[in-house]
Amino acid sequence: MSELPTPAQTVGPFYGYALPFPGGPQIAPAGHPGTLTVHGRVYDGEGAPVPDALLEIWQPGPDGSRSGAPGSMRRDPATGGHAGRDGVVFTGFGRIATDADGNWAVRTLPPGDLPYLSVCVFARGLLHHLFTRIYLPGPETDGDPLLASLAPERRATLLAAEHGPRTLRFDIRLQGPGETVFLDFP
Amino acid sequence: MTAKRSPRTADPAAGGVEPRHPARQPERQHTGMTPTQQEISAEIAARRAAYLGAGEVRHHPPRDYPPYRGSALRHPREPLVAVHDPEAAELSGPVFGATDVTELDADLTLGHTGEPIGERITVTGRVLDRDGRPVRGQLVEIWQANAAGRYAHQHDRHPAPLDPHFTGTGRCLTDDQGRYRFTTVRPGAYPWPNHTNAWRPAHIHFSLFGTAFTQRLVTQLYFPGDPLLGYDPILQSVTDDAARARLVAAYDHELSVPAWSLGYRWDIVLDGPAATWTEEDR
Ligand SMILES: [Fe+2]
Repeated sequence: MSELPTPAQTVGPFYGYALPFPGGPQIAPAGHPGTLTVHGRVYDGEGAPVPDALLEIWQPGPDGSRSGAPGSMRRDPATGGHAGRDGVVFTGFGRIATDADGNWAVRTLPPGDLPYLSVCVFARGLLHHLFTRIYLPGPETDGDPLLASLAPERRATLLAAEHGPRTLRFDIRLQGPGETVFLDFP
Repeated sequence: MTAKRSPRTADPAAGGVEPRHPARQPERQHTGMTPTQQEISAEIAARRAAYLGAGEVRHHPPRDYPPYRGSALRHPREPLVAVHDPEAAELSGPVFGATDVTELDADLTLGHTGEPIGERITVTGRVLDRDGRPVRGQLVEIWQANAAGRYAHQHDRHPAPLDPHFTGTGRCLTDDQGRYRFTTVRPGAYPWPNHTNAWRPAHIHFSLFGTAFTQRLVTQLYFPGDPLLGYDPILQSVTDDAARARLVAAYDHELSVPAWSLGYRWDIVLDGPAATWTEEDR
């Protein structure tokens, strides 16, 4: 370690015209029959929805590959606008701004060798982003050592709940009762 | 009757004035009076003294920082859970490429039918990891207010003019030395509702990716000599003096282009571990 890190600062309230991009929540190739919808809401310490949070998802591909791929935010070189994803490549990356009700949704394919999606949370009022994980139902989740190290009520905050066909629910509580487990990578 | 532009301090009971920037106060109002700058500055000083007294170096702001009122309900109370798993997915991360940016994206003064108002600047520097290795080919995104201190965001109701020739978003990929470079205009300071007479110093928001998701960084660049730096609870949330100084760019006369633009240099170091891959693996 020879360099000292640049400190984090809040994303603030006005990232909305800069960071979200068309197709940000659509990680799965268009129309893929294995598409899984994960959705939920972000809440603050008084249980109010957070309308200005930004979530990023990172995950291995369905084949287990962790190399990712360019093309999450393809641009149109003619207009300078967004061209959207090509609908074929699996980039492993998604970005979703919560709506005015604090809701978000992502459509993706389950990762090949891991039972979770990695999440990075940004928000106005949050000075330094937070990491968490969305664990998908299945035997790998049942045997996960990180989950096993948590008290049951804490563990529950990392488990996505079945919420219809190929649909899971995952809420994020920044503070207070049911506070989501957030992770540190020292 | 001519609608009169109202500064933030206008009496909201007065007729004919704009609403008091509702979107800049989206959180519910908490009990108590709006604090004064003096009260906020005293809280900032107390937090800094407590930090110095604790004697432990901390590079990032605490998420619980009361002088920044917006942090009150948006920080976890439970400690973070440390992950030591060498197989963690977060030790890898997203990648971007030539399809994700256009050449014009790094010049925020382009893309409109005319030149934006303001002092034209270039901002450049290197993105490194904590071992000093350049972060190559990664995405850097920026956004900022215009020269008058107004964002091209419809929730920004600060009664300063929008500039039809400036949007204020840019992106680029770092080169083989980890360098990024943007051309833009110097943003203006703007008021915000944290306390009475609260003003954000001029700043540019930066978003950076490293070689691992753990290295993700969103931060803000500040300008040297800005008299507002000491009053701002968001910058001052970084209680370590040296760490805070790392958020302030350096004016670099060598980067200034004669009869064209002023140059600022700002190097960025991404925190967090990455998978112990060699370059060949990437
Ligand atoms: Fe800002």
